[in-house]
Amino acid sequence: MDKRIGEQTVIFERPPVIISTASIAGEKEGDGPLKDYFDIITDDKNGRTSWEKAESKFMEDAIYKAVNKSGFSMTDMDYILAGDLLNQTAASIFGAREFKRPFLGLYGACSTMGEALGLGAMLVDGGFAKKVVASASSHFCSAERQFRFPLGLGTQRPLSSTWTVTGCGAAVISNEGIGPKIVSITTGKMVDMGVKDANNMGAAMAPAAADTIKEHLKARGKKISDFDVVATGDLGFTGLKLAKSLLENDGIATDGIFTDCGVEIFDRQRQDTHGGGSGCACSAITFCGYFYKLLMERKINNMLLVPTGALMSLTSSQQGETIPGIAHAVEIDMR
Amino acid sequence: MIITATEKEKKDYGELVKSVTPNSHIFKDCIKAFVSGGIICIAGQFITDICKNNGLSETDAGLVCSIILILASVILTGAGIYNKLGKFCGAGTIVPITGFANSVSSPAVEFKKEGLVFGIGAKMFAVAGPVIVYGTLSSFIVGLIYYF
Amino acid sequence: MDYFKAFIVGGLICVIGQILIDKTKLTSGRILVAFVCVGCILGGIGLYKPLVDFAGAGATVPITGFGYNLAKGVMSEVDNAGFLGIFTGGLKSAAGGISAAVVFSFLAALIFEPKGK
Repeated sequence: MDKRIGEQTVIFERPPVIISTASIAGEKEGDGPLKDYFDIITDDKNGRTSWEKAESKFMEDAIYKAVNKSGFSMTDMDYILAGDLLNQTAASIFGAREFKRPFLGLYGACSTMGEALGLGAMLVDGGFAKKVVASASSHFCSAERQFRFPLGLGTQRPLSSTWTVTGCGAAVISNEGIGPKIVSITTGKMVDMGVKDANNMGAAMAPAAADTIKEHLKARGKKISDFDVVATGDLGFTGLKLAKSLLENDGIATDGIFTDCGVEIFDRQRQDTHGGGSGCACSAITFCGYFYKLLMERKINNMLLVPTGALMSLTSSQQGETIPGIAHAVEIDMR
Repeated sequence: MIITATEKEKKDYGELVKSVTPNSHIFKDCIKAFVSGGIICIAGQFITDICKNNGLSETDAGLVCSIILILASVILTGAGIYNKLGKFCGAGTIVPITGFANSVSSPAVEFKKEGLVFGIGAKMFAVAGPVIVYGTLSSFIVGLIYYF
Repeated sequence: MDYFKAFIVGGLICVIGQILIDKTKLTSGRILVAFVCVGCILGGIGLYKPLVDFAGAGATVPITGFGYNLAKGVMSEVDNAGFLGIFTGGLKSAAGGISAAVVFSFLAALIFEPKGK
């Protein structure tokens, strides 16, 4: 069987199973509509002295908990695949430091969970690993400090801007076991439509999300309505609207439950996040917390998770570069 | 395929983005900025008047006024209140001298974890540094023109 | 009456800033820079002083007043010290404000912990 079925799409011969997940959420996320689905809700300092240390601790706890729930031990994990938004993926490095397992640090901006699940599934189906942990984290405060302004600065956030989700999601992918299977993945290409506004990242990422979804549907010969849920990563309200209209312009119906993790995770009226949620943890904890449980309880049978990322650095923005978007599709099936 | 977007496609997409991106409520924002900025100026006038009534010169009264407003702003920043005011008031709390003080003190507090020298010391003027730089440059130009 | 004038003029200067924030993509740091330069230049060509005379703190408390102060300082220093005044006048007049901001901010950094939102 040819595992590569399209220009960007891979189908698995023995679909790897997501045997357990763990999700850790910050205060604001823990006050949102999905609060009952998270394993741990903690304050943003998480018992540490800085935001960065708190984020590393999120990573450590999420990986530990996911492995623990899987019934296996850390030494059974052949790889840890982890990423975050901090420079040099510091949260992942210091979060996974103590585990002493083969470590692959990833950076896909907010699409990191898609990248980690995809690579993890390929490692497992390829026979290079029996079990891997995929994990991604972000923290509002550490991200804000690194990418924007000090938190104490009195500024107004534009209505299009999204709120970086604080938390970490981790998933154990196994060659056997019970749980939803990763059937197929489509690795995204960078798509740059010339958006420069770092306060409108949904707009920068929407074309990439539309491109990846289109490519995945084409390679798999499916329609959006074939999935119980199609969820992009962190486009927010503006980006989701854009992605839908881009797909519809290409003649792809966006009927059914086509949503975005950044739209699901916060209460728009009450929580004052403006554009919705964003960050690596946005798709990571929404999947590991919410959708994974829906799959396990068979409230939904399959889904297409499409974590999205805006690829930029502070330096590139200051030098006038545009923001390329990327999106990775992960097709997950419970049947 | 949209990956090799032409200039026209980028422009069309830019238009689409513009049409769905929510705009700020400029009228409401301006009212809030007007009232809050105005109130800070009243406070300034009040402090200046008290100083003058106590025999300070115009210049000294202005300086005392600035120092007191800066102190108030720094305390509110440290206590995590100024950013909440700023979210509501917008330019009303950015444009007055208190906004300048906020942009000096917020990185100072925020970057204390990176140490006294390269944290507080180096980052204190991360936001407000350009204000000093361009203020000094403008004053130099004004002085130069005035001299000749 | 002084308070009313200070309120109106100070408020209006802030409204200009707000329009710039909402209509352009200017961040607060850029607004401050622009306002200081404008205040300094208006001070240099003698247009800001009438506003200060009229509105008092309404014109001196906004950061444009800081710019005006720089211009006023450099001009009076040129009168007193001649050519070297071009170099010393501006910062001399701003020294009080900058020192206060530095000292208080340093103390605040020692006392307060960074807070989330």
